[in-house]
Amino acid sequence: MSTAEKFLQMFAALGLFAVTFAILLFAVSKVRGRNSERAFAIGFIGPTAVMLTVGLIYPAILTVIGSFKNAKGTAWVGLDNYVELFTTTEYQRVLVNTGIWVLLVPVAATAIGLLYAVLVDRTRTESFSKALVFLPMAISMVGAGIIWKFVYEFKPTQLPQIGLANQLLKWFGLDTYQFLITDPWNTFFLIVVMVWIQAGFAMTVLSASIKAIPDDIIEAAKLDGVSAMQMFRKITVPSIRPGIIVVVTTIAIGTLKVFDVVRTMTGGQFKTSVVANEFYNQSFRYDNNGLGGALAVLLFILVVPIIVYNITQLRKAAN
Amino acid sequence: MTALNPAAHSIPEEEELIPKKKAGKAVEGGVAVRQKSVWATVIAAIIAIMWTIPTFGLLVTSFRPQIDVLRSGWWTVWQDPQFTLENYQEALFGGTTNLSTYFVNSFIITIPAVIIPISIACLAAYGFAWVNFKLAGVLFVAVFALQIVPIQVTLIPLLKLFVSAGLAGTFWPIWIAHSIFALPLAIYLLHNFMSELPKELFEAARVDGAGHLTIFFRILLPLMLPAIAAFAIFQFLWVWNDLLVGLTFGASPEVAPLTVRIAELSGTRGSAWHLLSAGAFISMVVPLIVFISMQRYFVRGLLAGSVKG
Repeated sequence: MSTAEKFLQMFAALGLFAVTFAILLFAVSKVRGRNSERAFAIGFIGPTAVMLTVGLIYPAILTVIGSFKNAKGTAWVGLDNYVELFTTTEYQRVLVNTGIWVLLVPVAATAIGLLYAVLVDRTRTESFSKALVFLPMAISMVGAGIIWKFVYEFKPTQLPQIGLANQLLKWFGLDTYQFLITDPWNTFFLIVVMVWIQAGFAMTVLSASIKAIPDDIIEAAKLDGVSAMQMFRKITVPSIRPGIIVVVTTIAIGTLKVFDVVRTMTGGQFKTSVVANEFYNQSFRYDNNGLGGALAVLLFILVVPIIVYNITQLRKAAN
Repeated sequence: MTALNPAAHSIPEEEELIPKKKAGKAVEGGVAVRQKSVWATVIAAIIAIMWTIPTFGLLVTSFRPQIDVLRSGWWTVWQDPQFTLENYQEALFGGTTNLSTYFVNSFIITIPAVIIPISIACLAAYGFAWVNFKLAGVLFVAVFALQIVPIQVTLIPLLKLFVSAGLAGTFWPIWIAHSIFALPLAIYLLHNFMSELPKELFEAARVDGAGHLTIFFRILLPLMLPAIAAFAIFQFLWVWNDLLVGLTFGASPEVAPLTVRIAELSGTRGSAWHLLSAGAFISMVVPLIVFISMQRYFVRGLLAGSVKG
C-alpha cells in the first residue's frame, strides 16, 4: 500500500464508522411510544455492549478454557499448564523475577516521586523540574528501553566506552560490567528503567496531593515548631495517604504487565524474563496456546490482590 | 492506568490537582506557609537534569557520524564537535530500516484508534447516565469491572477471530482492538465527568421537548469537550507508544507501527547505535511534541485516569 492508499483507507474507515452510527442513531430516534427509551438505550449502549462482549469477555473466557488444554488446543490437559509454570525451574525464575519487579518498582518509584514532589514544592523552578522528570512517562517504553540499553552498553575495560554507566565505572577506576547479561543483577538494572519511567507519574500525582493539603494545617504545625522531618512524617505523608495508595497500586498493576522494557533490552534472555514477556513468547512465538493462556490467566489472577489491597486501604484511609 | 479506585474520594477535585503557579505563596498577614528555598531549587534542578541525561545522551548520539558513535562516548562530543543528519536520513529512508513507512502506519493506526473509542464511549456514558432503562446500573458496574482484565487474556482468541473474519494483515484488527481496550476506562471517566454536570440542564431540556439526540449533541458534547480532550491526548499517547497490540495484530510490515519496527531493530541490529538512536527519536518526536504542547491536558488526563479512575 502506498501512503496515499493508507490514508484513503483510514478516511474510508472513519467514514464508515460515522455513517454506521448516524444510521443507528437515526433509526432509534424514530422509535415512538413505550419502546422509545429502550431503543435509545440500545442505540447508545449497544455498540459498547457488543464490542466488550465479543472483544473482551468472550476472548477472556476462551483463554481461560484454553489454559486447560494442550499447546494446539486439541486435548484437555487439566492443570498441567499451571503445574508446569510452578514446578519447572525456568518458569519459577520467571515468577520470582515478576515478584521482584512488582515489589521493587512501585516502592522505589513512589518513594522517589514522593521525595521529589516534596522537594519541588519548595522550589521556584517547579514546572521546569517537573517536566523533565515527567518526560520519560510520555515516551514509549520501547524508546526508554533503547535509551537505557545505550546507557548500559558494554565494551571491554581497555577500550573507550560509549555507554555512560560503564564510563562511570571506569572513572571510578573499576572494570566495565555486563549490566544486561550478568545474572542476577541484570533484572535490577532493568527495574531501574521502569522506576525511571514511573517516578514521574508518582511525582505528578503526589505533588498534586501535596498542593491540596490545607495551608492552615501546615501553618499550625509550623507554629508548633515541628522540624522538616516531623512535618514530612506527621503531616505530609498521612495527608496524602490515599494518593500514595493509588500511585503504588497503579504502578504495581502496570509493572505486572511490563513487557516492552524487557523485550527491547534483553528479549527475556539471561534469566530476565517476566510473566508478560513469557506470555508473548509462548502465545505468539512458540504457538503454545495452553501455556500462553495459563500465563495470561496468571496475570489476571495476580492483579486481583493488588486491587483488593487498593480498595481495603482506601476504605481504611477514608475512615 | 486501569486501576480501580472507587474509594478515592478523599482526593481533591481535578481542577485543584493542577498545581497553580501562585499556590504556596505566603498567606496574607501570616507566616510564609510554604517557603521557597534556594537549596531545594538547586537540588531539584540537578536531579531533573540527571533524570534527563540518558535521553540527552541518545539525542546527541543520533546527530553524530556513525564512526564517532562507535568510537567514543557522546560526552566527548565537545572535544571534536561533528554533527550530521545522515542517521535520520538513513533511518527514515534507508532500505533496511525505512522508518518513514512505519511512521505513516503509526499515524494511520492512532487517529481512528482515538476517534472511534471516544465516540462510542461518549454515547455509552450518556446512555448510562441519562437514558432510563432497567439494566443501566448492572451494566455500568460490569463495564467498570472490566477495567481490571489484562488485555493479554484476550489476545489469542481475538487474533483468531480477526483471522477467521479475513481481516488479518489490514489495519482493522489494530483499530478495533485498541478501540475495545480503551472503552472501559473511557466510559468510566466520561461518565464520572458527565454525572457531575447539573441535572437541571437535562431536565429543563426534556421539559422543552428535546429528545436524547438533541440533548446529547447540542448540550452535552460541548460541555464534555475538556474531558474528551484530556482523554483523547491520553489515548493518543497510549496507542502511539503501544507495543503489545501492534505486535499481536500488526505483524505484517504493511501495517506495523513504529514501536514494533524499532523493537525489532533493537533485536536484529542492536549495535547499530547511529540508527537506533535516530530511530528512537523518530518514534519519540510526536509524543514529545504532544506532551510539551499539551502538558496541562495530559497531566489532567493522567490524574483523572489514575486518581479518579
